[in-house]
Amino acid sequence: MVDVAFQSNRTAAAQAARRRVGLRNALRRKSMSAFLMTLPLILLIAVLVIYPALYSVHLATLNKAMTKFVGFGNFEFLFKRDTFWLVVKQSCIFAISAVIFKALIGFIVAHFVHNVPANKQRKWRGMLLVPWVIPPAMSTLAWLWLFDPSYSAFNYTLSFFGIGPIPWTGDAMWARFSVILVNVWYGAPFFMIMYLAALKSVPEQLYEAAAIDGANWWQRIWYVTLPMMRNIIAITTLFSLIVTFANFDIVRILTAGGPLDHTHIFATWAFRVGIEGSDIPLGASVSLFMVPILAVAAIFILRDITKRGNES
Amino acid sequence: MSTMTIDKSGPTRKVKYGSMSRDRTWALRWSYFFLTLFAIFSLTPPFYMLITSLKGSAEISAATNPWWVHQPTLENYVQLLTSNQFLRFFWNSAWVSIIVVTVTMLISVPAAFALARMKFWGSATLATGVFLTYLIPDSLLFIPLFKMFAVFGDLTGIQLVNRWYVLLFIYPTLTVPFCTWIMIGYFASIPKELDEAAIIDGASWFQTLTRIFIPVALPGLIAATIFAFTVSWAQFLYPLVFTTSTDQLVLPVGIITTLIKGDVFNWGQIMTGALLGAAPPLIIYAFLMDYYIAGLTAGATKG
Repeated sequence: MVDVAFQSNRTAAAQAARRRVGLRNALRRKSMSAFLMTLPLILLIAVLVIYPALYSVHLATLNKAMTKFVGFGNFEFLFKRDTFWLVVKQSCIFAISAVIFKALIGFIVAHFVHNVPANKQRKWRGMLLVPWVIPPAMSTLAWLWLFDPSYSAFNYTLSFFGIGPIPWTGDAMWARFSVILVNVWYGAPFFMIMYLAALKSVPEQLYEAAAIDGANWWQRIWYVTLPMMRNIIAITTLFSLIVTFANFDIVRILTAGGPLDHTHIFATWAFRVGIEGSDIPLGASVSLFMVPILAVAAIFILRDITKRGNES
Repeated sequence: MSTMTIDKSGPTRKVKYGSMSRDRTWALRWSYFFLTLFAIFSLTPPFYMLITSLKGSAEISAATNPWWVHQPTLENYVQLLTSNQFLRFFWNSAWVSIIVVTVTMLISVPAAFALARMKFWGSATLATGVFLTYLIPDSLLFIPLFKMFAVFGDLTGIQLVNRWYVLLFIYPTLTVPFCTWIMIGYFASIPKELDEAAIIDGASWFQTLTRIFIPVALPGLIAATIFAFTVSWAQFLYPLVFTTSTDQLVLPVGIITTLIKGDVFNWGQIMTGALLGAAPPLIIYAFLMDYYIAGLTAGATKG
């Protein structure tokens, strides 16, 4: 009996030992295979995102022929040009006003959709999201045609109200308005969808409690809806700020920066200078000016995400 | 009891008894009114694309009501769909998008699985890094990338600039980070017991991924696929920078560079081309709207 027990003990120990070795092997295999599974991702990010980002800093310090190191020469040159300051101003006007209007319209429309009976919401949501689905290059062409100087369908309609032909893309102020309008048209549905998802996650009891306490609709929005949606509003706005600030398609197709460079933003001007003007170092310097605002927005988004990660 | 629902939208300060349902009706009417306005605003450009695409060139330059077609004709469609050049753009776009979607999924699904489940040294940092790369826009990288590929061509003799397949290397930088990020979110929401059970039953990591994770996270996978396709189909800046010969162009760039000749705009054909270019994403959206919206909201609400 003792012998048998000893035997079984020993086999158990051997089995346990083997299992330990097997476990260690599995662990080694696991981290190894995990590494192999992420390797393509790491390579892609390192070679085609991180390296070019650093490379553009290097490019920005070269002269036009890319033969000589000029330090901050390109930046000094930019600071002396009026067009550059025009681009800085227009980029800020464009991004900030477009994001504000997108956020406002998205918020309002999301409320209206939320008001409608649930079985009809799908239809409205489907229609209102169409601008976001169409490739922006394609829809901007439609806007360009709507803004056409001689055949503008908008001017045709407005002429019935006695409003004279508006130079949608010909006049500096109107062109600025037009690019913002198209950007708002394209981006507002994104806000609408995000806010709608957030509205649905606000517990019904909070509204009932507020209604019992005698809150009117404004107080309910201010004290219930907005605080509950604060996170989503912040993160959507920051996302949109990045995307709008880096916008290229809409401005490029609608005005190509004109009239007289008044609607150029960083991306379109970098393209004009760097690719069309084949001054790659100067183009790289221009696009690097997007980095500070992107970095600030990214830090805030990241903080929000890690905060939520810690909560869960 | 159902009439006792709490009023959510009408003003309640000056209510008389019994007027709650009337307020509700009015709030609903106002909602429909404004929604109709916004829907008109949203759908005007695509509607006008359709209207213009059905007009002949004589009607486009005529001084009639631009919002209506008087003599509908399909000549724009016939001209574009029989033009080899336009079909070439379409095929280039289709090939680029399909290959990029495949590559994106092959890279991001295993990576997301490894980052969500197989914790290893630096995996949390890497996940955050993936998210940060998603925030780097294309307009920051196009100049260094262009120069990089030009230098690469000079060094190795492999010319990639001005070939449509250069886009296959560049588009994944836009699609992979976001797809990995939302797949991490979907994979992380799968209960741990599920894959532990699979491992105990003797499944390898690869089997756990293909037999458990991919089927369970299929909605996320579809959302990521739709996202990758939409992004690669709509991308405009990279093909504009990297391709110039007309037989290498993809649809958005092709329409803009070949149909606009100097100051001559052939609007009938441009609008037809734009509508055909917008059709694939719109069709996908029409059939898979819920997945599309899930992918849209997942980026910010998950993780």
